Amino acid sequence: MKPHAEMVHWFFAAGFVAIGLCVLAEAVVGEEVWRRRAWRTYLWPGLAFAMGLLLWPVMVFFTNSAIHMVAHGTWAQTMTIAGGAELGLAAGKLRSRLWRLAAPVALAVSGVAFLVHEQNPWFFARASFLHHLLGWTLVAGACFPLARAWRPRSAVAIGGFGLLLLVVAAFLFADRDVAPIFGHLSSLAGTPHR
Amino acid sequence: MNTQIATESAPARSRRSVRARVVASLGPLTAAVGVAWGVLQPWRVTLLHPAGQGFWWLLAEPPLLVVAAGIAFALLVAPGLVADLEDTGR
Repeated sequence: MKPHAEMVHWFFAAGFVAIGLCVLAEAVVGEEVWRRRAWRTYLWPGLAFAMGLLLWPVMVFFTNSAIHMVAHGTWAQTMTIAGGAELGLAAGKLRSRLWRLAAPVALAVSGVAFLVHEQNPWFFARASFLHHLLGWTLVAGACFPLARAWRPRSAVAIGGFGLLLLVVAAFLFADRDVAPIFGHLSSLAGTPHR
Repeated sequence: MNTQIATESAPARSRRSVRARVVASLGPLTAAVGVAWGVLQPWRVTLLHPAGQGFWWLLAEPPLLVVAAGIAFALLVAPGLVADLEDTGR
């Protein structure tokens, strides 16, 4: 009944595409125009919060190892908090701009979790490669939401954040449970399906 | 008293700003990327060969998810955003 792990990655990738497009559009039009309609203000923070909530069942049902469960739980926590913080900021319920640090913290923690819970080297299989790549991308990319925390109207910071989410989506879409990476596939990785 | 029998037409609305065009193109561009991906890797679209596939394989179609995200943005977000952008004269 459960979907393959790769499918869960693809569904979340689609969510990241949606959020990335919204953030990128906000960078293009500016915060003032983006916030002219109330529903739009809540759009991508709401999507991020929903994805954070959806990560909880992922943590519960995909327990192939304890470290996976811890990693998924960490993502669920940080993404839910980041989405909630952005929702609170959008609604004006949260006033301190320090809440904007929730997004870079979420990305950095997620990146570290990717790196820590991947036990295999880069070229073990495609999934291993992408875990390393996603980890470092998220750790380095956290600088964009961090810059946005200090300069909320910076088009570069917001645009970089949007592009980062689209890049993360592309990496997640490339994920397969067992597949070669640049011709490398460890014999210990298993047999590719489909 | 106004003796003009034909009023001057309002100046034609200026062409869409670069920002409006960028916003309007984000959705179609994303959908086009999804279509191109489906063409380049048709095996990622299970609907093209659905025989014997289970529920999740028929639901999880990465290129179509990209297309869906692009279409959703183009239909639900971009039109209002472009209108607001033009209202503010940017």
